[in-house]
Amino acid sequence: MKVTITVNGKTHESEVEPRTLLVQYVRDTLGLTGTNIGCDTSSCGACSLHLNGESVKSCTLLAAQADGGTVTTIEGLANGDVMHPMQKAFMDNHGLQCGFCTPGMVMAAIGLLNENPNPTEEQVRIGLEGNLCRCTGYHNIVKSVLACANEK
Amino acid sequence: MIPAPFDYKRASSAAEAISLIGEYGDESKFLAGGHSLLPLMKLRLAQPSMLIDIGRIQDLSYIRDAGDHIAIGALTRHMDVEKSPVLAEHAPLLAHAAGHVGDPQVRHRGTIGGSIAHADSASDLPATTLALGATYVAQGPNGTREIAAADFYKGFLESALAPDEMLTEIRVPKMNGASWGFQKFNRRAQDWAIVGVAAWKRGTESGVALVNMGSVPVLATSVATAIAGGASIADAAQLAAAEAEPQSDLNASAEYRVHLAQVLVRRALESNNA
Repeated sequence: MKVTITVNGKTHESEVEPRTLLVQYVRDTLGLTGTNIGCDTSSCGACSLHLNGESVKSCTLLAAQADGGTVTTIEGLANGDVMHPMQKAFMDNHGLQCGFCTPGMVMAAIGLLNENPNPTEEQVRIGLEGNLCRCTGYHNIVKSVLACANEK
Repeated sequence: MIPAPFDYKRASSAAEAISLIGEYGDESKFLAGGHSLLPLMKLRLAQPSMLIDIGRIQDLSYIRDAGDHIAIGALTRHMDVEKSPVLAEHAPLLAHAAGHVGDPQVRHRGTIGGSIAHADSASDLPATTLALGATYVAQGPNGTREIAAADFYKGFLESALAPDEMLTEIRVPKMNGASWGFQKFNRRAQDWAIVGVAAWKRGTESGVALVNMGSVPVLATSVATAIAGGASIADAAQLAAAEAEPQSDLNASAEYRVHLAQVLVRRALESNNA
């Protein structure tokens, strides 16, 4: 089937199998491998990206469900060499260790601030409950998100 | 993990969806948000040969004040149930429970109708709507019918929906100021409840339902009967598991689940949310 999806500002028309997952589509069809596949069961959040402006788990969505939609992945955040404020906040606050959860964590965190621009620490922790960090680096992740919120 | 191959059709109305499922029969499934169905398909526990995507039927996503009840379109997302001002006023227990389904990403996609039609006793919304005495509306080739939540859940992942019927609306009676509580006991963020409880109370009237205490969501009628008869919450909560047939699994033994149900029912009924 044909799907038309705008990813990071560029519209792509692609022929995909109906069973193609959105995460496969961005990684394999478009070559955007910044979005990771972690648990592959919608638990860990590593595959989080934005569909029509909201955070979703792309391992549990079909590309067909995103047909006609707008997707932003981690590759779509920076403006040239200038990082997105959330990426910068993660860097400044040591919000990543091994980095595997980071793309999904950053996308979920941006989605969180879109819905709640001034969260409390508790709201950040609850708001990121869908994203797991196997390095258990949660303190600095939360610190990064709060720092980003305070900068705005 | 990738699902087995299937064909895909998109329905633009409930009538079209029902006509398609009539055409393709047993091997087809409705796809709403997909957050119950797609994980099963990826694990190959479900292998429908045809998916009928109903996720874009806009006119089945709504929350309306309908007088004595609130009418919720089956395709309303958990996030929209959680944040609805209408539900915050008239059925705050449901809005609160919807905010505890999965995690934000799941709530952006999953729908109340999908969760109920999937009929998983471990899900939060089947039991919550059961506690509230909800009525579900099903549409089929011969029109619509109402099914009481108490008559809907037939067995593990089995509902009263006929194969060619689609759940279209959930009707939740207004709570009219009842106090309410929602308890979800789990070990990690975003997990399914090991045991969960949704409860409301207004004087000697009450409704209590249990999550993950058997193959279907359980209406704890003995608790409500005891409260109606003047029993204290603590005494009534001892009857929490009277209607339940909990199973043992990796998370908890059946005995532990009974203990949890008694404790959580007491806490839920003692909650002062209103």
